[in-house]
Amino acid sequence: MATETRPFNATSFNAYLTEDKRLMGVRCRACGMLSPEPRPLCRSCHSRDLEWHEFSGRGELSTFTCISIGPVYMVEQGFGRNNPYCSGIVTLEEGPRISARILGVDGNNPQNIRTGMDLVLALEEIDPEHPSLMFRPA
Amino acid sequence: MATTSSRRQLGRSVSIVGAGMSGFGAFADKDSRDLFVEAFQDLLDHLDQGMDIEDIECAYVGNYSSDLFEHQGHTAPIIADWLGMTPIPVTRIENACASSGSALREGIMAIASGMYDIVLVGGMEKMTNLPTEGVTDVLATAADALYEVPTGLTFPGIFGAIAKAHMDRYETNLDHLLKVAIKNHVNGSKNPKAQFNVTIRNLMERRVTRAEQRGQPVPDYNSEMDFLNDPGANPWIAWPLRLYDCAPITDGAACVLLVASDIAHNFTDKPVTIAGTGQASGRPLHDADELTSLSAARTAAARAYEMAGVTADDIQVAEVHDCFTIAEIVASEDLGFFEPGEGARALDEGRTALDGDKPINTSGGLKAKGHPVGASGVAQVAEIFHQLRGEAGERQVDNPDLEVGLTHNVGGTGGTCVVNILRKG
Ligand SMILES: [Zn+2]
Repeated sequence: MATETRPFNATSFNAYLTEDKRLMGVRCRACGMLSPEPRPLCRSCHSRDLEWHEFSGRGELSTFTCISIGPVYMVEQGFGRNNPYCSGIVTLEEGPRISARILGVDGNNPQNIRTGMDLVLALEEIDPEHPSLMFRPA
Repeated sequence: MATTSSRRQLGRSVSIVGAGMSGFGAFADKDSRDLFVEAFQDLLDHLDQGMDIEDIECAYVGNYSSDLFEHQGHTAPIIADWLGMTPIPVTRIENACASSGSALREGIMAIASGMYDIVLVGGMEKMTNLPTEGVTDVLATAADALYEVPTGLTFPGIFGAIAKAHMDRYETNLDHLLKVAIKNHVNGSKNPKAQFNVTIRNLMERRVTRAEQRGQPVPDYNSEMDFLNDPGANPWIAWPLRLYDCAPITDGAACVLLVASDIAHNFTDKPVTIAGTGQASGRPLHDADELTSLSAARTAAARAYEMAGVTADDIQVAEVHDCFTIAEIVASEDLGFFEPGEGARALDEGRTALDGDKPINTSGGLKAKGHPVGASGVAQVAEIFHQLRGEAGERQVDNPDLEVGLTHNVGGTGGTCVVNILRKG
């Protein structure tokens, strides 16, 4: 991995995601703590010695919800009572969990969505204007 | 580390001597200051031996987001003015739905420190100005704007994900969630201040009657469960949560008067003492150590139990933060009332009903009483105050030895939790 010089913050996280198509978080050199959310202080050992760490983008669905009443920005994208969308918690194969949109599943049939299913990052779907993590079934 | 020892005690004892609540509901003509004044007047009207407002030395006001709901920041001095208390120090405390739980703790500590003897603590929220999507957006600001909100997760959505995890891991099912709502509406039907002063059976009967009057197809409900399983009557909000799994959008305020315990009898012969208080912070759900529990609740409860010198078994009545039905089940486990995964069964067995051995949310809870977010923590304390004094009317817990009650107030999806233990006398 090339030496990464971006600061540990959400601007960098989103830039990696949208420009470099990589899920970049941090690793603590002192204790090994991994966080997909870039942060300048280790929350486990309080060390300041962190480095960028690339996550593979593979994981599994730990829990989810299918949302019928969404916030304004989801309603504007056409989601709603007749077209619910799925969001959930993904456990990355490296261990940490993150929140994400779950694509490629039927929000109207949540009983058919299986927790434990393998997911991959859907980089092609990310909107550079409103970046957010999205996964789809592997 | 010695500096973070949990073995903390209050510097001196603090008592609650009065409590007041505005009506809870949707009030187009009332702003949050009007609601707070109404709660304060209710407190004064029921303060056993009365008081001079000039004796109040300090106040803390819990409020989540008057900024976004009412386009009004810096609300504390306005409350001071509207109550005729200027120039005493008044401070607004914001911790999402635990705002007034945290405000209460600030008031407790202000007295325990010796700084003041008489402190007013309350909370308020005016929510019904905005349409539902707008309220959804405001509530979502309590979640992480960088790593949660952009994924479309809403406040009900995050609790929906907790419910799914709980159903996957334990025997909890959709019916259990609905039974929390049924129970809390039964209690709310006995609370004249509740936004939903009505049982779910009543609501079901109203729907049938309305269909008959309009000549529409009459739904064939045999029970409340049929009604709650009708997607027309109870639509999905964030699967597995439906409309009746969610606390309503509410305007309201509540307040209590805190005093140093050694002067409590100047105000009432029936004070209620703060036996223990605990507050803790937690992480977003994706970084929680369990998807089926709020770690902040477990930590706050441990601190409060330790300070009070009691255990979960000693709690005789509790108001817990049922912003969603699943949250009550999770709370009953986090507080140690039942083992993890046993909350739904305890509910099924009627143990948390008004006549059960662990009555929860006698007021109707946030679900039926209403959830003006910044007011809820203190409104819970007001309910336990009334229960311990034996003045809860139709919903009074039938236990002549009622002495110890608990409140559990959650901010956001567990980022904050405040637990208080109150003791009669
Ligand atoms: Zn570390």
